[in-house]
Amino acid sequence: MAMIVDVLSWVFLLTGSFLGISGGFGMLRFPDFFTRLHAAGVTDTLCAALILLGLMMQAGWGLVAVKLLFIILFLSFTSPVAAHALARAALHGGLKPLLNRAEEDPSKS
Amino acid sequence: MFVAATLAILVTMGLALIRALRGPTVYDRILAVNMFGTKTVLFIAVFGFLTGRPDFLDIALVYALINFIGIVAVLKFFEYGGLGHAAKTSYEKEDG
Repeated sequence: MAMIVDVLSWVFLLTGSFLGISGGFGMLRFPDFFTRLHAAGVTDTLCAALILLGLMMQAGWGLVAVKLLFIILFLSFTSPVAAHALARAALHGGLKPLLNRAEEDPSKS
Repeated sequence: MFVAATLAILVTMGLALIRALRGPTVYDRILAVNMFGTKTVLFIAVFGFLTGRPDFLDIALVYALINFIGIVAVLKFFEYGGLGHAAKTSYEKEDG
């Protein structure tokens, strides 16, 4: 039983690490602010939740697991709110989404 | 295996930092700093487990909250041009 929990926690940790790296590359490679927001917002929630869940399985029952659970709760509340506030502020600040690359002028970067 | 997770989080933090330095608009920079802060929370947690002393989780907990407050404050500053007055001036946008 402990073996199964151990292997499952490693799988969670490695999947979370892969999602984090893919989010970082998407952050660097995507052409537009809103696509970058997609990359960052998706990986912020799932990568953080998976890594902290793997750590929680490593820690076992106790105060450490409760602290990790609170970090998961706070991150899953604050990260989508921050992403929504960023998108709304960017739209309010006059940043337009990149709809079609063929018709658009290369004014973006 | 904690080493692999720590290295992956460090690589992600580096990529987010490159975007924060290169970002064309200010919102890209704020987004990159937000991602950097979230990955810092994860890094503190994983590093506590790596060194066998998971006492840093309190710091990670506080960092998650302060990161959110800071991001919202910086966003409000850049949207309205100040922190105190709520939506007094509509922000005149100038590209660049």
